[in-house]
Amino acid sequence: MRALLAIAAALVLWDAAVRITGLPPYLLPGPVAVAQSLWVNRGEIWPAALLTAYETLLGLAIGAGLGIAVAAAMAAWPRLGRALSPVLVVSQTIPVFALAPILTLWLGFGLAPKVAIVVLIVFVPVAQALHDGLMAPPTAQLDVARTMGAGRWSELRHLRFPAALPRLASGLRLGAIYAPVGAVIGEWVGGARGLGALMIQANGRMKTDLMFAALIVVVALSLTIYGIIDRLLARALARRGF
Amino acid sequence: MTAAAPRVRGEAPGLFAPLDLQLAPGRITCLLGASGVGKSTLLRLLAGLPTGVSFRGRVDTWPAALMGQDPGLFPWLTVGRNVALGARLRGERADPARTRHLIEAVGLAGLEDRLPGQLSGGQRQRVALARTLAEDRPLVLLDEPFSALDARLRLMIGDMAARLLDGRTVLVVTHDPAEAARLGDRIAVMTPAGLADHPAPPGRVPRRHDAADVLAAQAALTGRLLA
Ligand SMILES: Nc1ncnc2c1ncn2[C@@H]1O[C@H](COP(=O)(O)OP(=O)(O)OP(=O)(O)O)[C@@H](O)[C@H]1O
Ligand SMILES: [Mg+2]
Repeated sequence: MRALLAIAAALVLWDAAVRITGLPPYLLPGPVAVAQSLWVNRGEIWPAALLTAYETLLGLAIGAGLGIAVAAAMAAWPRLGRALSPVLVVSQTIPVFALAPILTLWLGFGLAPKVAIVVLIVFVPVAQALHDGLMAPPTAQLDVARTMGAGRWSELRHLRFPAALPRLASGLRLGAIYAPVGAVIGEWVGGARGLGALMIQANGRMKTDLMFAALIVVVALSLTIYGIIDRLLARALARRGF
Repeated sequence: MTAAAPRVRGEAPGLFAPLDLQLAPGRITCLLGASGVGKSTLLRLLAGLPTGVSFRGRVDTWPAALMGQDPGLFPWLTVGRNVALGARLRGERADPARTRHLIEAVGLAGLEDRLPGQLSGGQRQRVALARTLAEDRPLVLLDEPFSALDARLRLMIGDMAARLLDGRTVLVVTHDPAEAARLGDRIAVMTPAGLADHPAPPGRVPRRHDAADVLAAQAALTGRLLA
């Protein structure tokens, strides 16, 4: 309810701004114009949104899987963990978006570079969060496991991993927020299809209303994906007593 | 089991002076003392766990089952699975009948499928106790195992634990002189100056809480802790 009110207020402000400044629609279209464009261009927007959603979810799944695998391997083999830990920290400082042109150069103009950007964006926070969790198990439980004679693998599987699930969930949430932006940037740099490409094309043709319409769809898509993932994670954690 | 009896000899400079804690094999030793004097530290030394204080000395010990002051239940496992945790961690098959029996013994029948987060503090403590009793170890280390229980449960579960632990070598850390007088074959009081034995009342444990010599021992022990 409060969110709806905030959105309504933003729309009113936006409309007022357009009227007061008197900016032409190709610079700042009003909400009505954008809504019209959303409807008129639905045949173009809808498939673009589906493609972007597909790239996002595919990248999210692959990135999360890779992140989990790498964090687990780092915890299982401490030498590997010590070697990769700084790499993980450094890789967080790389603006992945800046890699988009190179990835397009390497992987072509198809699905691959978009998914690759999403994978890179999702991988780091997931791996980092899970690794942090695996390396800091709750001490009382660790005492119990050790006196009970749990081996290293058993400790990892029965204590460290389940105890790290809330951290993993935080990493996944972070990944889910950034993932759609990654797909859009990939399409922006080297794509003919998807919401990012649509925005660039609309911009080039001065169809600012269509650009805004696509932008709104990006936001809606991001919020939807985040909302679903957040809900699923919360439910999965609650079932495990967190 | 190499050592004849579990034993801690040594000192922790700044915490406790040289002391010698030797557990009586097959008996319950109750350890009392002011908060922060180092009781949990001794217990952790016997469990082979890191302590965070610098201990100089020697520890002889046996394979132990531990119930720590923070019992450390696994919050994502049900009561039943927490009690059977040892078998799970060692990749053995748990004995469901034994698990069920222990859950009943601590008065938690019907709560097997609850998660620890859905229990009261005293119920959680009883899960931890059942889990420790499920471990088949010659040495059992209990750090304030009944501190969260009401007077009635404290008596009932204390007696039950003493019976189930019959024949094992047990160290119970407690703040309750009544508990020490009822459950201790031996009673030791810890101060920064070291350890002192306190005479235990006669008779097999668990003793009646209202027997005259138990009440007398309780009073004497309380006086000593106040001194
Ligand atoms: N990990 C640690 N690092 C530093 N100091 C510690 C650590 N654990 C315990 N200590 C200190 O060692 C001393 C003894 O602690 P211990 O837990 O053995 O006390 P205790 O007799 O069990 O007290 P209580 O009855 O309150 O449980 C305390 O002064 C405590 O501050
Ligand atoms: Mg203590």
